[in-house]
Amino acid sequence: MIPIEYFVGLSIIMFVSGITGVLLRRNALVVFMSLELMFNAANLLFVTFAAYYQLLAGQLFVFFVMTVAAAEVAVGLALMVEIFKTKKSIDIDQMNSMKG
Amino acid sequence: MDGAMILEWVIKSIFLILVMTGGFAYVTLYERKVLARIQVRIGPNRAGPFGVLQPVADGIKLIFKEELVPAKADKLIFTLAPVLTVIPALIITAVVPWGTEVTLFGRTIKLYLADINIAVLYLMAVTSISIYGIALAGWSSNNKYATLGGLRATAQMISYELALGFAMIVPVMMAGSMSLVDIVESQKPVWFVFVQPLAFLIYFIAALAEINRSPFDMPEAEQELTAGYHTEYSGMKFALFFMAEYIKMIAISMIGSSLFLGGYRGPFVDQLPALGPLYLFIKVAIVLFVIIWIRATLPRIRYDRLMQFGWKVLFPLALLNVFVTGVVLILVGG
Amino acid sequence: MLTTGTIIFGVFALVVIASALGMLLSRNAIYAALFLVLNFATVAVLYLILGAPFIALVQITVYAGSIMVLFLFVIMLLGAEKLPAGEPLGHHRWIALLFGLVFLAELALFLVYRAGMRAAVNTPPLEFGSPAAVGMSLFQKYALPFEITGFILVVATVGAILLTRGEGFKGRKRTLEIQSQDK
Repeated sequence: MIPIEYFVGLSIIMFVSGITGVLLRRNALVVFMSLELMFNAANLLFVTFAAYYQLLAGQLFVFFVMTVAAAEVAVGLALMVEIFKTKKSIDIDQMNSMKG
Repeated sequence: MDGAMILEWVIKSIFLILVMTGGFAYVTLYERKVLARIQVRIGPNRAGPFGVLQPVADGIKLIFKEELVPAKADKLIFTLAPVLTVIPALIITAVVPWGTEVTLFGRTIKLYLADINIAVLYLMAVTSISIYGIALAGWSSNNKYATLGGLRATAQMISYELALGFAMIVPVMMAGSMSLVDIVESQKPVWFVFVQPLAFLIYFIAALAEINRSPFDMPEAEQELTAGYHTEYSGMKFALFFMAEYIKMIAISMIGSSLFLGGYRGPFVDQLPALGPLYLFIKVAIVLFVIIWIRATLPRIRYDRLMQFGWKVLFPLALLNVFVTGVVLILVGG
Repeated sequence: MLTTGTIIFGVFALVVIASALGMLLSRNAIYAALFLVLNFATVAVLYLILGAPFIALVQITVYAGSIMVLFLFVIMLLGAEKLPAGEPLGHHRWIALLFGLVFLAELALFLVYRAGMRAAVNTPPLEFGSPAAVGMSLFQKYALPFEITGFILVVATVGAILLTRGEGFKGRKRTLEIQSQDK
């Protein structure tokens, strides 16, 4: 019995926090976490409308988003460890050259 | 959802927590006694008859110890970490059934806290978040040994969680349900351990690694890491880590009994439901004995071997087991 | 209209917002990761309210239990929590401000214009979103996407292993070269 606007509003706030984090933070790991927060905002919308229309498809989409997010994090963190090994830093402002 | 129902849930929850914490105290005594017997000693026998008051004495000793917090530690997380370790250990057994139902004070009381249709997934979820306490304890101590212990524990637990999950899927496939009550009930004709011995073995090994029990207790290998992630902890905070470790032992015994050893099922349990908890208790005691026996017998394995074993032996075996089970189930079930 | 449902939602929504902001503002990467874990766990509770128990527990297992543990592991491994927190670039800040304002304006507009016609989300029946229902449509209607995600996971695993292969592989190759030179 909760108005659907509340969920949409909450999702927007989460998404804005995510965007702000991506643009403001310089620690690449925190940028990555902000991306996950944005994923989560989208997932919340999917589940909300799945409940609203009583359609399971929304929940399954969330399942797929989570799987792809897990794959993305595995590769992304491996990349970050490699970048740290060569540059000794994960400040995104210093990732400005192609070679080492 | 009336008042009596809520009261029943509250009483059952409190009872469960009391049993787990009380069980923790006596599992420490049980372990010391069994270890002593295996090493031809007598074990603690001073406090009370046969040493039954030893856990109380230990508890009182730990309460009066000084609590030290390292100066360079992250105070907040340092305090939070033991709590984060104990809570998952306490709540994981909420979905394990103790029996069918008994009539008490004119009410039919079901002998389980929660029969949810995603019980096995709940077990996986709680297992996966129980890593935080240990990882954070290691990091927040600001001690190189502790951090190494925390990192090792994290890597080890993530690696063995996969094999554990695949081993837990097998009973779910056999029973056709994720509810632990359904899984136990479907073991009425034959226990799953006789149909799926490999899955049980994988579950047992992976669970030992998951709770950092020997021979997989690398995170606290005292010869190389002093005491691992809880090097800097003392007093009641240390007691909480200790408690979590032993409660996890009870929990994996209970879950393993329910998934593979028929849970509360045994002779005459249909006629006399009150026998259910007794059978579960006996099975848990036997599994705990095996765990202690392994600790007394096997040396700790090397860390790289541990990771190799997890990824190159246990994980493919578990995957293969799930695959074969699926094929056979389709061929047999049609 | 303060029903019980709305109050429960309000409490959890506050936790979600506070933890999102906490992640955004905390200087220490470990704290940021922990705030995000809290955020994910609270969103899982919202999923439970929305009748998605399976998704809620998958959220805890995958996001809180695996992804964030991996983040924590990498932060601890690299010691990245102690990195100096420098000032963000100027134009980034303006873009961030712009985006934030645009979205907040959208939110305000949305709440003002739609305020008259509130559609309520009811908690669906218990069977909706149960593992059996999810599994049925996952393996029948959405079998192809399911296989594709499986393929993506395999590719990601191979990629991650290749990226972090490290010295072990090269080292072995080098010793082989040395051995062949000896002959």
